[in-house]
Amino acid sequence: MHHLIVGAGPAGVIAAENLRKISKSSSITIVGNEAYPAYSRMALPYMLAGDVGEKGTYLRQSDHHFDDLEIEFRNNSVSAVKGDNQTVTLASGESMHYDRLLIATGSSAIRPPIPGMDLPQIHNCWTLDDAHRFINQVKAGDRVVLLGAGFIGCIVLQALVSMGLQLTVVELEDRMLARMMDDVGGSIIKKWCESKGVTVKTSAEAIAVTEDGDHLEISLADKTTIAADHIVCAAGVKPNVDFLNGSGVEVNFGVLVDHRLQTNIENIFAAGDVAEGPDRSTGDRQVHAIQPTAAEHGKIAAYQMSGDRTPYGGSLVMNVLNTLGLITSSYGLWQGTDGGDQSTMQDIDHNRYLRLEFQDDILIGSLAIGLTQHVGVLRGLIQTKVRLGKWKKKLMEDPSLVMHAYLECTHGTR
Amino acid sequence: MYKSLLIDPAKCTSCLQCELACSFENEGVFNPAKSRIKIFEFEHGLRAIPYTCTQCDEAWCLHACPVEAITINLQTGAKEVNDSICVGCKVCTIACPFGTVNYNVDTGKVMKCDLCGGDPQCAEACPTDAIVYVDANWTGFSRMQESAVEAHGHN
Repeated sequence: MHHLIVGAGPAGVIAAENLRKISKSSSITIVGNEAYPAYSRMALPYMLAGDVGEKGTYLRQSDHHFDDLEIEFRNNSVSAVKGDNQTVTLASGESMHYDRLLIATGSSAIRPPIPGMDLPQIHNCWTLDDAHRFINQVKAGDRVVLLGAGFIGCIVLQALVSMGLQLTVVELEDRMLARMMDDVGGSIIKKWCESKGVTVKTSAEAIAVTEDGDHLEISLADKTTIAADHIVCAAGVKPNVDFLNGSGVEVNFGVLVDHRLQTNIENIFAAGDVAEGPDRSTGDRQVHAIQPTAAEHGKIAAYQMSGDRTPYGGSLVMNVLNTLGLITSSYGLWQGTDGGDQSTMQDIDHNRYLRLEFQDDILIGSLAIGLTQHVGVLRGLIQTKVRLGKWKKKLMEDPSLVMHAYLECTHGTR
Repeated sequence: MYKSLLIDPAKCTSCLQCELACSFENEGVFNPAKSRIKIFEFEHGLRAIPYTCTQCDEAWCLHACPVEAITINLQTGAKEVNDSICVGCKVCTIACPFGTVNYNVDTGKVMKCDLCGGDPQCAEACPTDAIVYVDANWTGFSRMQESAVEAHGHN
C-alpha cells in the first residue's frame, strides 16, 4: 500500500505519522514544495520577532524524524493528478503511483487586486522564504503599512512591533479581527493597539501603491495617502488547488470533502487549509485554515486512508491571539444563532470581555478578551454539547462562572 | 505502569496548600495564580473541587502544538511543555477541551501539570488526601465506576 501525501505542513506530516503508527509495512511519501524541513507557518511571527531562529519553526525537532519513521520526504511539487490511473505528475516530469492520495497543500497568501502590488518592497509573511526576505530587508525604525487586520494580520502585527517598526494598519472592514471579534471586542483591540503607538485605520481601502523616490505612497479610497518604506500584506489566504485542474477532484473554494475527508474520487482525501470539510457547528462545508483543524484532519485522514469508516463530526472553528499583550480567543458560533441567547460581561477599562452564545442550554460559541486561564473548557462545552441545566441561568447572569459550570456539569457533582 | 493523580473533591477543604506547593515547585513563588492545579469553590466554600490535567491519552495539547514543544515523559506518562521550544502561540490552550493548559503572561509560554517529574508536590502537600498519587489503573477503575453511577443512577 503506497500512501502519497502532497504537502508538508501540519496536516500532511501528522497524517504521515499516523499512517506509520497504523501500519508498519505501508510505504509513505510526503512531497513538499518548499526547500526546508517541514515547518509551521504559525511559528513564523515568533521568528520575525527574534524569539526563535529558523529551527524553532520546524514541526519536528529531530533532524532524522522522517528517516526514523521510514517516511520518504521529497522536495518537489505536484503539477497534475490523474485520478483514473492513480498517478500524479511531479514538476520534475516524473510520475508517481499511489494507492491512497492525501491533498494537504495548504493555502497561499493573496494580495489585493490593486496597482503596484508587485513592487519589491511589498511582502507577505506567510512562508519561511517570505520571513527570511523580510528580516533581511527591514531595519528598526522603518515605516511599515500592514494591509489587513484579520487573524493573520494581528499575529504579524505583534511581530512587526517587536521588530521596532513604525506601524500603520489599514483594514477594509469596520473593525480589527472582523471574523473573530464583534464590535465591542474589535474596538477594545483597536484602542489597545493605538495606546501602544500603532496607527489603526479601519473601514480603509488601499486603492494603489506607487514609488515616490526612496519610499512608497499608499493611496486610500478616502483620498488620503500614507508614506511607508515597506508594506506587509495580510489580506487573506486561498487554498492551493490550481494543480487539481483537470483532475476531476471537486473544488469549491477548497477541495470538497465528506465526513470521511474523502473527495468525490475514491482513494483521494484532503486535509488542513486546503480542505473544505464539515463544520461541526453548522454541518455546512467550510475551509477552516487553522492549526487545530490541520492537526485533527491529518490524524483523521490517516485512519480513513487506512480503511476506517468512522464518520468525522467536523471541525470546530477556534482562534487564539496575542495582540501586543492582549489575549483574545473565539470559538464556534460566536455570532450567535436565531432563537439563541447571549450573555456578555465587559470591563472595557481593564480590557476584559466575555461573550457566550447559547442554543437552549447548550453553549455554541464564545468570544473572550483577557482570558488566559482554563480557556479550553469553552471548547469542551461546545464540542461535546454539554447540557448546562440550571447553570444556563447562572451563566446568563454571570458568564465568568463558566469554569464552575463546566466542573459541575461534567464532573457529576450536581 | 504509570501513576496518576486521584482527586477526591469530598475530602478537599480548599486550604490551597496544593496551589502554593505547585507554584513554588514550578515557578519558585508561593502564588496560587501561578499554580497548575486550581481549587474551585462552590456554595461559598462549602464544597471545593481541585482540578488539573489528567494526562489524558488523547493528548489534545500535544497534537495541536505546531513546534513539538509538548512531549510525553516516558517515565511518568506526563505531557510536558518544553519551555525552550514553546513559542507561546497558545493553540494548546484552546485545543485542550479540559482547559488545563494555561498561558503565563509573564513568561510568554504555556504551562500545565507535569506531575513534578514523578513526585507531584500537590499530593505531597495535601493534608486530607484529597489529592493522592496512585497507580493509574486504580484511578481508571474508580472513574469508570463514577461514570457508570452517573449514567445509570445506581451502583
